[in-house]
Amino acid sequence: MINTKDILETINMIRQENLDIRTITMGVSLYDCVSEDEDRLCEKIYDKITRCAENLVKTGCDIEKKYGIPIVNKRVSVTPVSLVGGNISADGYIKIANTLDRAAKTLGINFIGGFSALVHKGMTKGARNLISVIPQALSQTDFVCSSVNVATTKAGINMDAIRLMGDAIKRTAALTADKDSIGCAKLVVFANVPEDNPFMAGAFHGVGEPETVINVGVSGPGVVSSAIRRAGDCNLSELAEIIKKTAFKITRVGQLVASEASEMLGVPFGIVDLSLAPTPAIGDSVAHILEEMGLESCGAHGTTAALAMLNDAVKKGGVMASSHVGGLSGAFIPVSEDAGMIAAVERGALSLEKLEAMTAVCSVGLDMIAIPGDTSQDVICGIIADEISIGVINTKTTAVRVIPAYGKGVGESIDFGGLLGRAPVMEINRYSPAKFVSRGGRIPAPIHSLKN
Amino acid sequence: MKAVITVTGKDSVGIIAAVSAECAKYSANIVDISQSVLSEYFAMIMLADIDKLEIPFSEFVDRLSELGRGKGLDIHTMHEDIFNSMHQI
Repeated sequence: MINTKDILETINMIRQENLDIRTITMGVSLYDCVSEDEDRLCEKIYDKITRCAENLVKTGCDIEKKYGIPIVNKRVSVTPVSLVGGNISADGYIKIANTLDRAAKTLGINFIGGFSALVHKGMTKGARNLISVIPQALSQTDFVCSSVNVATTKAGINMDAIRLMGDAIKRTAALTADKDSIGCAKLVVFANVPEDNPFMAGAFHGVGEPETVINVGVSGPGVVSSAIRRAGDCNLSELAEIIKKTAFKITRVGQLVASEASEMLGVPFGIVDLSLAPTPAIGDSVAHILEEMGLESCGAHGTTAALAMLNDAVKKGGVMASSHVGGLSGAFIPVSEDAGMIAAVERGALSLEKLEAMTAVCSVGLDMIAIPGDTSQDVICGIIADEISIGVINTKTTAVRVIPAYGKGVGESIDFGGLLGRAPVMEINRYSPAKFVSRGGRIPAPIHSLKN
Repeated sequence: MKAVITVTGKDSVGIIAAVSAECAKYSANIVDISQSVLSEYFAMIMLADIDKLEIPFSEFVDRLSELGRGKGLDIHTMHEDIFNSMHQI
């Protein structure tokens, strides 16, 4: 029997502490769309996506109403386009991007992910063609997200691919300069990319996935933050317990929504992603959780330890609440999407180097970070290589989503509005990694014994 | 299956009657009410059986919140499963 206290607690989490379901993402396989003719390919892609996800938005809204909890995003992820595009021309890939965008607009979804390539060991012609037109694809479309996996723990790091991505990021920033280089907010470079991630910009429908699937991402930094505040002066063991219990409750809602959506749409349930995903809204910040744990500011010494504990406790609580957990599952630390992170950068407490250290203990990586617009391609490649190697060595997912703010420097900021938020341009180390990066080739896969 | 209906707002005559009448109209059977008034502020949690509901649940949610808007009240209706999921293992 439900009691009043539980009812009020849930209602308070939703109305006061920004508890929401961050996304219901439907994965759609595009394998059966393969065609030699690029126009036919686009036609089949459009038809398949709009047919499979026809009721996604409506179902999301119905669930929202039934349980009284906001479902912020309804999204679609598709098979990495380079795998279905095959040998079509670079222009053909731009056509596919526009087709995906058109499908997203027809469906009324927030984003569509999967303009992607997996090049951790080497590059097919198709993958090379796709990567070459990422800047055009992202500047011509509104809702398409792109990701490229450049490394895995088993294959090592493909430095040639990183060099191409450094170039793609620079060109994307220039092509979308009129909108604060927003194209780069839709482009992620991954190591050990998960195949069932519901969060953008890195979502795609992996090769081992079924025809269609429902993956759900939960949120709730505000709920965790409030629970810690209420706990007062407890020790860290007690704090970990509180975080676990809170994460359990948050994830249970995700599981409920995922099962319901799966049943209503007649699509198999994939996973619940346990990530704590912040938004720029006040009271919905991961940085504020760390500060609530006892740091004067996010970025202070102790931040990595606090984040490690938070991330671990969230996973422990969440795993028990869901039948299948996957995706990125960790605390997100994007700068522009988190009011506390923005404040920490602006007060000089949080540097790029500290953010990099933090990514060693949580997902997902250097995320939504604005760097000076004149940052060279080599330096961007160096940033990517550093972050990717953290993922490869630690057998975890890491990613880079940096925005070289075209025409802007340190002291200025970029503003995307909405969930993508606002980011102050951060100081970076200007010494050049050019020679290292330009060597190209692959960094071999790491050894997994003799751990130190 | 049950719905949890929460009603908050400034107290006035006939709030329970109005919400109950709306429930009855669509055959939602009220099984429990917890209500209090604190210095003119009205708060109620109502539990209603919706097995025989005559309209889709989402429409029922809308009808009740419309009723609330008309009376200056905040009425939220949620399916009980969200509370069961969160608070019971």
